[in-house]
Order: sequence, then C-alpha cells, then structure tokens
Amino acid sequence: MAENFEPVIVGFLCNWCAYAGADLAGVSRLQYPPNMRPIRVMCSGMVPPESVIQALKLGADGVMVMG
Amino acid sequence: MDKCIACGLCAQKCPKKVDDEFNMGLSKRKAIYIKYGQSVPLKYAIDPENCIYLTRGKCRACEKFCPTGAINFDDKEEIIQLNVGAIITAPGFKPFDPSILDSYAYDKIPDVVTSLEYERLLSAGGPYMGHLVRPSDEQEPKKIAWIQCVGSRDTNKCSNEFCSSVCCMYAIKQALVTKEHLSGDTELKQSIFYMDIRTHGKEFERYYEDAKEKGVEFVRARPHTLEPGKDNRGVIIRYVDEDGNVINDEYDMVVLSVGLEAPKGAKDLSNIMGFDLDEYNFAKTSSFNTVQTSKKGIYVTGAFGGPKDIPQAVTEASTAAAEAAKLLSKARGTLTKKKTYPKEIDVTCEKPRIGVIICSCGINISNVVDVKELVEFAKTLPNVEYVENTMFSCSTDTQYLIIEKIKEYNLNRLVVAACTPRTHEPLFQETLRDAGLNEFLVEMANIRNQNSWVHQNDPKAATEKAKDQIKMAIAKATLNSPLKRLKIKVNQKALVIGGGVSGIVSALTLANLGYECILIEKHSKLGGNAWNLETTYKKEKIRPWLNAQINRVENHPKIEVLKNTELKEVTGTIGNFEAKVQSGDEIRNIGFGAAIVCVGATEYKPTEYLYGEDPRVLTSFEFEAKLREKIIAPEKINSVVFIQCVGSRDKERPYCSRVCCTHTMEKAIRLKEKNPDLQVFVLYRDIRTYGTREKLYKKARDLGVIFIRYTLSNKPEVRLENGDLVVLTTDPIIKLPVKIHADYLCLASAIIPTNNIEISDLFKLSKNTDGFINEAHPKLRPVDATTDGVFLAGLCNYPKSIDESIAQAEAAAGRASIILSKDYMELDAIKSFVSDNCDGCGLCVDVCPYSALSIVEIQDQDGTIKKRISADPALCKGCGLCEATCPKGGILVHGFTLDQIEAQIQTLLAN
Repeated sequence: MAENFEPVIVGFLCNWCAYAGADLAGVSRLQYPPNMRPIRVMCSGMVPPESVIQALKLGADGVMVMG
Repeated sequence: MDKCIACGLCAQKCPKKVDDEFNMGLSKRKAIYIKYGQSVPLKYAIDPENCIYLTRGKCRACEKFCPTGAINFDDKEEIIQLNVGAIITAPGFKPFDPSILDSYAYDKIPDVVTSLEYERLLSAGGPYMGHLVRPSDEQEPKKIAWIQCVGSRDTNKCSNEFCSSVCCMYAIKQALVTKEHLSGDTELKQSIFYMDIRTHGKEFERYYEDAKEKGVEFVRARPHTLEPGKDNRGVIIRYVDEDGNVINDEYDMVVLSVGLEAPKGAKDLSNIMGFDLDEYNFAKTSSFNTVQTSKKGIYVTGAFGGPKDIPQAVTEASTAAAEAAKLLSKARGTLTKKKTYPKEIDVTCEKPRIGVIICSCGINISNVVDVKELVEFAKTLPNVEYVENTMFSCSTDTQYLIIEKIKEYNLNRLVVAACTPRTHEPLFQETLRDAGLNEFLVEMANIRNQNSWVHQNDPKAATEKAKDQIKMAIAKATLNSPLKRLKIKVNQKALVIGGGVSGIVSALTLANLGYECILIEKHSKLGGNAWNLETTYKKEKIRPWLNAQINRVENHPKIEVLKNTELKEVTGTIGNFEAKVQSGDEIRNIGFGAAIVCVGATEYKPTEYLYGEDPRVLTSFEFEAKLREKIIAPEKINSVVFIQCVGSRDKERPYCSRVCCTHTMEKAIRLKEKNPDLQVFVLYRDIRTYGTREKLYKKARDLGVIFIRYTLSNKPEVRLENGDLVVLTTDPIIKLPVKIHADYLCLASAIIPTNNIEISDLFKLSKNTDGFINEAHPKLRPVDATTDGVFLAGLCNYPKSIDESIAQAEAAAGRASIILSKDYMELDAIKSFVSDNCDGCGLCVDVCPYSALSIVEIQDQDGTIKKRISADPALCKGCGLCEATCPKGGILVHGFTLDQIEAQIQTLLAN
C-alpha cells in the first residue's frame, strides 16, 4: 500500500446517537483523521445494504455504519 | 451573552489557570470558562474572583481576541424582578465532604478519592480523558475498593442519620464500568465495603447480581481506618471481617461513596421563601403533597426534598410542574402570542434553485477551513444560484439576509454549511417559513462540529472534506421536496385506567388542570391496595386521606367514574384514541387523547413458611388488617417474627419489592410502642430503608427490635412444635442457631404485577422480564410509556411507596396535559410513505418496531384488487427500517429516501 494512502470512508451516522456523538466530539475538540464523510440517517437500521455496496463499488475504501 | 459563539478562543488565550471545580479540582480551567461542554446556553463566563483584569486591573486578553466583541467587563450582577404565580425550587444536593472524617484521611492520602472525583476520572471529558489512573503516580490502579455510607447512616462521626439512596447503585456502576477505562489486559480486583446493599430500584437488583457474577467482591464491613501505602501511594484498609478478624488489606485506590446532603444555602432559601425544612435541612413535604413546601405556591423537586435517584427526581420535576400548572390553570395561555407566517409558495414543479450560505462562525470554521475556497467551489455546483459567506449564519441579521436573497434570486432550496442540524436546523426551517418556503427545503452541511473543530491541525484536508460535505448537502437538497407535518385534532379528554391511589390522584390532577377524564376501575370500590395500609413512613394516616380523595373524585364535575368496568379494546394513537369499555353487559365507546395506566399490582401469596397451613402465619397486609381489627392485641402477646424478602430477590423474582422493609419497620415500631416487652424479631437479608426512611430503622433498633440476617442459601425454617409456631435461623454474628417461639409470623411478601398482561397488549406497551410495564426511558422519561400518549403511575410500573405513587400519578397527569392542552397536534414530517413500487409483500411489517405498518387491499385503476402497505404516520417514528428492508423501494422515509442517500454517495464518489 502506498505510503501516503488516504482512505475515503463513507460514514452513516444515526441522528440520535452516533451523529450526536460526533457533534460532541467537536464540542470537546477531540481530533481525528479527516477521512470520513458523514451521511446523517434517522437510524442505522435505515441504511440499505445496497447503499453500502454502492459506496464500495464507487471506490470508497471503507464504510462505517454507526448507531 | 448574545454575542458569544462559544468558540473558546477567550479561554485559550486567558493566562489565568484555576482549579476546575467541575472536575473536582483534578484539572485546571481558565478564569474565563464554560462549566462543561454540554452547558446550555453554551456561553463563556468570567469568574470575577480569578480574572486578572477584574482583580488586578490589567490583562483584557480575552477581550482582545474575542471575534464577536462579546466580552463586557462592566457586566454586573443584576437584580431582576419577576412576577410569577408559583415557584419551583430545585437547588439539588451537596455531596458530603469526607475531610471531616480523620480516620479516612481523605485530605492526606492522595489515592483516597470521593465517588464524584472517581466519576470525573472515568469521564471522557475529565482530567485524564477517561483513562483511569490514580492520583498519586498517575498509574493504572489494579485493586480498587469502595467504602459505602460515607456521610450517610452515620450519627457517630457526622449527623447524617439518613441513607443517601443512590450510593450503592453508583458504586456498583462505577465498579462495572471501570474495566472499560483501563488498558485491555488489566487484571482487576474490586471490593465494595458495605452495611446493606440497597438496590431497590427497577432492574437494580439484577445489576447487583450481575456485578457479583462479574467478580466484584462485596464485603460486609465498615472499615474504620485508612492508612497510606508505601511512599504515600495506595491505601491500606483496616477492617474487621464477619468472623471478627482484624484485616489489613492494601488497595491501589479507595473510593469513598459520599452521601447526599441538603444543599448549601438551604436555610437561607427557606428563610427567604418562608417554607420549613426537616431535621436534615431538606425541604419539608408530606407524603400526600410530595412537592408542596409548607408555603403555598412554592414547590420543591429533586434531592432538595430528600436524597433520591435520577428517575425519581425527573418524575418529581413533572410532579412539581403539574402542581404549579394546577395552581395557575385559570391563567393558562393568557400571556402567549401566536406567530403568523406568509402563505407557502408551491415549488413542486420548479427546477431547483439553491442558495448556499457558508458560515465562518467567527473564526471557528474559517481559521481551519478555507471558506473563500468553499464559496468559489459552491458556485460551480449544479443548481446553485447564490452563494454567500457570512460571519455568523445564525445571527438575526443573516436570517433577514436569507429571506431577502430567497426573494431576490427566487430561490427554492437552501443549504447552510455551518454547525450541526441537531441544534440549528429548526432556526433555518423557521427562516424558510418566514420567507414563504416549506421548512423542509433546507439542508445543513456540518462543517464545524464534524470538521473544523475536529481537524484543527489539517486545514487542507479539512477544506477538502468541507467541499465534499457541501456538495453532498446540495445533492440531497436538490431532491428535497416540501413536506407537511401531520396535524391531528386532539380529543382533550383523558382515560385513567385503575382506581387505586395512582388512578385517583391522576384523575384529580387532570381534572384540576381543567381536563375532563374518565376513571375506570374493575372492582366495585376505589382505593386499591391503599386500604391495606395504615400510615405512611412519615406517620400520616392513610385512610382518612383516601376517603377524602375518593369523595373528591366521585363528586368532581370533570371526572366520570366507572366502577366494575374493564377495558376491552383500544384503537387509535396519541391525541386521538378510541376504547371499548365494558361495565357488566354494557359496552361503551370512549374517545380520549391520552391515557394513564395505573392498574396496580398485588401482594404475593407465599407458598413457604407454613403460610396457608397455620393461621398465625400472615402476609404483611393480613397482619395489618388483624392489628387494625384488634384481633392481634400487641399487649397480650410475647413474640412476633417478621421475615423479609418473601418472594422477592430470589431466582423466580430477581427484584426487590422496595417497600417491605419500611412497612416492617412501621409495624415493628407500632408493636414496640404498644408493648415494649413484646419481643420483635426481623429476619432480613439487607435492610433497605432508603432515604429518610432510615430513621425508622434506627428507631426500631432503639426500641429493641432484634434484627437477624439470613442468606438466600440459608433461609429461616418455620415449623410447628407441640402446636407452637417456631422459627429457626442462624445468627451470623454469634454463628449459633436461634430458635424463636412466635405468636405471629408476618411475611413481608413480594409485590407482583398481576394486572399488566392485558393492558400492555391493548396499548402495545413493553414490559420487563418481571412483568412490570416499562418506561419510555428508565431515567429521562420515567412516567411515559413506550406508546406515545400513554403514561404510567404506581405499582404497575414498579413497586413503590404511596408517596412515590402519588408523585408519579401527578407527574403522569402533568405529562398527559401537555397533549390535552392542544387543539391540534403537529407531528414530525420525517415519516415513512408508500410508493407505487409497493406490492404488499409485507416484509416491512415484521421489522417495524412501532407497529406503524399494515397490509391493506386497494383497488387498482383497472379495478383489480391489490395488496399494499399502509403506513400510519401517527405511529411511525421515521427510523426507516422498512426502507432498508424493502427490496423494491416500495416504502421510503421523507427526507431520507433511497434517492437522497444514493445521491450523496454518488456525488461524493463520482470522480
């Protein structure tokens, strides 16, 4: 793997927990790598499996479903 | 204060470091600070006692760096006069200060901490970011002890006679979560030194059993001395074990489970407001008016009324609100103003024209993310007609700007790249409404909380991420369509099910708040279990009060009482339920907007200890009745034995029935007061006279009641010897068998939820494994049931004392009145809807957690009958499990459709 490899990660964040947690990480100024692109959903159970596959097919290096 | 955007620059630049009291002095804060990250409102404040400028006249660094000019050194304490009709006091409690206990050397041994300090050590926002280390050398502790009842149940070294109610549970919680805060492979030993474990709350007993199983050691001992370990690191605990041996054991760290005292300033507050305090300086209340202070119109809630846990405090908060609302019910709505909006413009057939606002948030966003670059980037994106960078997109002038630009550029969508939609989306939705657009045509890109704040050291990557976030938001907004909030007409009437104390109080509270209600009771008499009780733990007589309440309920013009009546069927949803009730042969339909379930519980009929075989073996209720009817005459008998936990805290019912210890104390005291020579024995496992009920336990001991502990594996034995009732047990202190000849044996039998099955099926309420109806949230929504519009009170929810039932009933009525006070209720618009792709296969029906979906038959255009899903928007919570399950795109969630999710992914990864 290339030394400067920067993965693109698609993150599905549940509005009520993971998204709120990511907001609080901001308020607390917790630093983390900028590779994840958040998509807010109303529940992690809302994420269709097809969307996970779609993301990977289009070149995402990882998908996180958080809820 | 209005100008502060909580960017934190002031605190960053402030040169003055101060002990952070929120972290119990374990870390430092600045002289300009926020108390903690979740503060509301999130505004920085200057601590005048430590500010260099305010104390020495020089500095003003914060003023220099504040980007919004929010610093005002001339701000002074102001006296504000308010005209109010009721006051609710909620000053909380003061944690006990253990430095007065010299034998625990809290001031001298660094590794002795209070439970609140330990809580901060565990916290991600605490001094060590949630990684547990001990104070002396900042090493991970591997052996930790908790000492219970520090500053509670102690009249020897302090004067806190009462039990603080919450410490057993928090110590167990701290022990169970500790492992998560240490490196993975740490072998951990944890011991809790206690007198009685008091896990009397819902699901608490299970938690305690779980802790034992997970290896937390429970040692019944009251350590008398703590000494420092070698080099003042670690702590040596000296205690006497149950066999009488003096043990010296070394721990890496000791946590003192400090109790809850009346708040500082309690006396001043009571003097100013003119209400009375009790002997412990808690606000004085009665069991029947649990939040009413001795001064009319002034209420108390939370730990100021006595030690209590979160669910109880949250319940009482609603109780106090309901009581205040009752007092002010005539004035309700007289000071409210209704806002009007321009007529909504129909944009459905228009091509998307998007306006993009990019917020600098002072410098919160712009000092990391290149906002100028974002503006130029956004201008290149499809459908974007207007882009603007604003200093503060949430300020009032920006809202006017947005409205103006919507008109000028004929915009029909808005994207705001700023902070989080969780706090700010409602503001921009409101702005859209003011501009005549549907409120759901706005999207936010969270480039502050989830970008500039968390990628402070990588501006380039942060800017790239922000670009992605903006284009994703634009892609989603393009597909946004106007949504309507479902409006339902509220039937402003309540149904109360169950005519015990909780039902009676619920109905009276609702009626006095001004709402009609119907109270149904399956028996021919109101009052329920309360008829079996003599006095409250505060010694108030129950029967006269109960008679008066029944009289009021039966004669109240707004209450209809239906006795011998049962609930048979329920349909509908919040604001608009329909029920069938049956009284004898007559079936009647009732419409109502909210329901309060108070179906109670019953006393367990024991199968052990010769119950049912010998007439001298009685349950608590039966014993009470015989005392009342003078069949048992205390002055004529020699010996009474009480056995606690009969049917509770065992394998079959692994919960504590909460009230039995207190009930036994009341009876034991009464017996002793009537006949001091009468021998009274209480065989118990842990005495759970929580809160100020502890006073009764002490009094019983002072009167000479003999307490003998037994264990689950070594229960007492009851037998007949020559016609004598004999109780055999082993005294754990002298370790010898004890044989007691008893005139009567009173079994403190469990409270069992026998009435919950039908009612929970009818309203689709969830129950716990013991059969008690669940709250919507065990801590934060303790009186709401899991079905919207349904509330809970009394024993059906969990065993509780009469005062706690009354508080919960009033709270439930208060919560129900929030629904009943509205003519119409607006529901959220983020709901599922069925598309033409649906073929009625029904896969989604099974996964819906809210029973919002059903299969219906519809007629096609050509007349054929087809199956299709029907979604009830009143029940749907928009979780979208249906959307992810449906293989055909047949059911979707407004605002989160497959297209909208796909568009975001597509846009992000297109190149």
